[in-house]
Amino acid sequence: MADLSLAKPANPSEPRGPSLLSMLWRDKLAFISAVVLILIVLFALFGPWLLGDMAIKQNLRGRNLPPFSLDRGWQFFLGGDSLGRPMLARLVVAAHSTILIAAGTVFSALLVGAGLGLVAGYMGKTTSQVIMRLADVIMSFPSLLIAVVVLYVLGPSIPNMILVLAITRIPIYLRTTRAEVLEVRERMFVQAAIVMGANHGRIIVRHILPVVAPTLVTIATLDFAFVMLAESSLSFLGIGVQPPEITWGLMVAQGRPYLNTAWWLAFWPGLMIVITALSLNLLSNWMRVALDPAQRWRLESRKTKNV
Amino acid sequence: MTKMIGQRAIASLLSLLGLMVLVFFLSRLTGDPAVLFLPIDATEEMKQQFRALHGLDLPLIEQFGRYVWDLLHLDFGESLRKARPAIDIVLEAYAWTLPLALITMSLVVVAAIVLGSLAAFNVGGFFDRLVSIISLVGASAPDFWIAIVAIVVFSLGLGWLPTSGVGTPWHWILPVAVLFIRPFGLVVQVVRGSMLSALAAPYVKTARAKGVKNLPLIFVHTLRNGMLPVITVIGDQAAAMLNGAVIVETIFGFPGIGKLMIDSILQRDFNVVLAAIMVTAIAIFIMNILIDIAYGLLDPRIRH
Repeated sequence: MADLSLAKPANPSEPRGPSLLSMLWRDKLAFISAVVLILIVLFALFGPWLLGDMAIKQNLRGRNLPPFSLDRGWQFFLGGDSLGRPMLARLVVAAHSTILIAAGTVFSALLVGAGLGLVAGYMGKTTSQVIMRLADVIMSFPSLLIAVVVLYVLGPSIPNMILVLAITRIPIYLRTTRAEVLEVRERMFVQAAIVMGANHGRIIVRHILPVVAPTLVTIATLDFAFVMLAESSLSFLGIGVQPPEITWGLMVAQGRPYLNTAWWLAFWPGLMIVITALSLNLLSNWMRVALDPAQRWRLESRKTKNV
Repeated sequence: MTKMIGQRAIASLLSLLGLMVLVFFLSRLTGDPAVLFLPIDATEEMKQQFRALHGLDLPLIEQFGRYVWDLLHLDFGESLRKARPAIDIVLEAYAWTLPLALITMSLVVVAAIVLGSLAAFNVGGFFDRLVSIISLVGASAPDFWIAIVAIVVFSLGLGWLPTSGVGTPWHWILPVAVLFIRPFGLVVQVVRGSMLSALAAPYVKTARAKGVKNLPLIFVHTLRNGMLPVITVIGDQAAAMLNGAVIVETIFGFPGIGKLMIDSILQRDFNVVLAAIMVTAIAIFIMNILIDIAYGLLDPRIRH
């Protein structure tokens, strides 16, 4: 009996173990990543509204102004670009389109991919075959080249970019969801739901989806970084976002002719991409453990040492 | 084995056909090459002549029919820009990209296997940390930015390496290094994971008990079992390397297939785009088959 009392949680107010937030606080690297990402989302939401005017104000005397000086005000701390616009303000404003495209892509790919994956995993063999062959076709070719061709035809705009990038990302979600559904639908509780008379829609949405969701969220976080890199590559090649819109990838491309004289034009926006993607990767690593009930003890056990 | 390859060939041929139809009609939608290739003051008559010369005045469906007919005779058409057979231009570009991809991929495979195995053998140690740092950088840093920073540091700052172009072996160092990072980060993670589980097998304990030393234990006994998942990833990465090649070749002015594709799309050189895409698809198909064969060689259970 003594063993049983040991296994009880130390704090009765946390009957299901520590909350996700306190687990996040304990993993410092993941916590910092989360804070950085929140900051960047705030930039994306409020940047154009707060600093939009400042970011397009040209000042030919401040052309390629070197960074790390406060002589011309805080907004020039990271230097000025080739038209004398403050880099700092432009970096904040560029977060808007960058995040918008990545979020739009990941969200639509997740929706379509997971939807088709649920159907492909749950329904019979024929439906599944058709859907999987479609995914194979998409995956059989380097996505960047497809995106280049399609974008050049459709014209480079933000909705078109989201469309093209989303199509190339659908198979990732589709395959993961299908693989998980195939396994989950054989489990006892699904059988029980069938016996109880639940219809297909209810079984998929209420019983299978919640089991698959954590994996999908983790993949989506990782994919967000990937999509951001893809978007910046397209913008860098000149077939992505077009000026006067700016994204970080486009800013790197615009700074490229000045590499010899003003390295900061291309360096800072690239660094922003690296910081964002790094945070996403670290957070996704943490989520893979934290959202998986089978692995969660690794994070929980640090506090309750006696377990 | 032969049956599987046959099935694969049919499936790949179908997706290749789909791709061809898609790219043919999409690229025709990008606009009129006559406007781009003739001088700005060209008369309507001259433009008409240009179109008639290249068969661009026919109805789309007839153009497509002619294209397919020529293709069946292994004729990929002529490049508008260079007035030479498109397939020659594509193959010349591949003669540059193939060595680039081969050198990079060999380095990736060797480095990933050595470092990944050592990391798995010594979890939490120096190699393990090194591997996870490089993987994180590879997954987080855009390759065009790494390329630019490398140019600023090694070419402009230190003056050690040329900024772009080809000619000497020195010109290859930066493109290979930039192209190396991302696939290495992915492959090494798989090597590490797969070696971790391979090292946990009972026969490893037996080998240790017999007194096998650490290095032969890793590289002779365990590696072959840990290689299967690695082969799959290497295949995926070799195909994905073409994505990276587009960026790296553009930045370093490397006359390979990636640069050729971007240039010909922007210049509406339809035949070259189509030829490049088809040759690439065929190359990827051949590589997938080679990977299946490698699978069979490594694991006798799959051969049957």
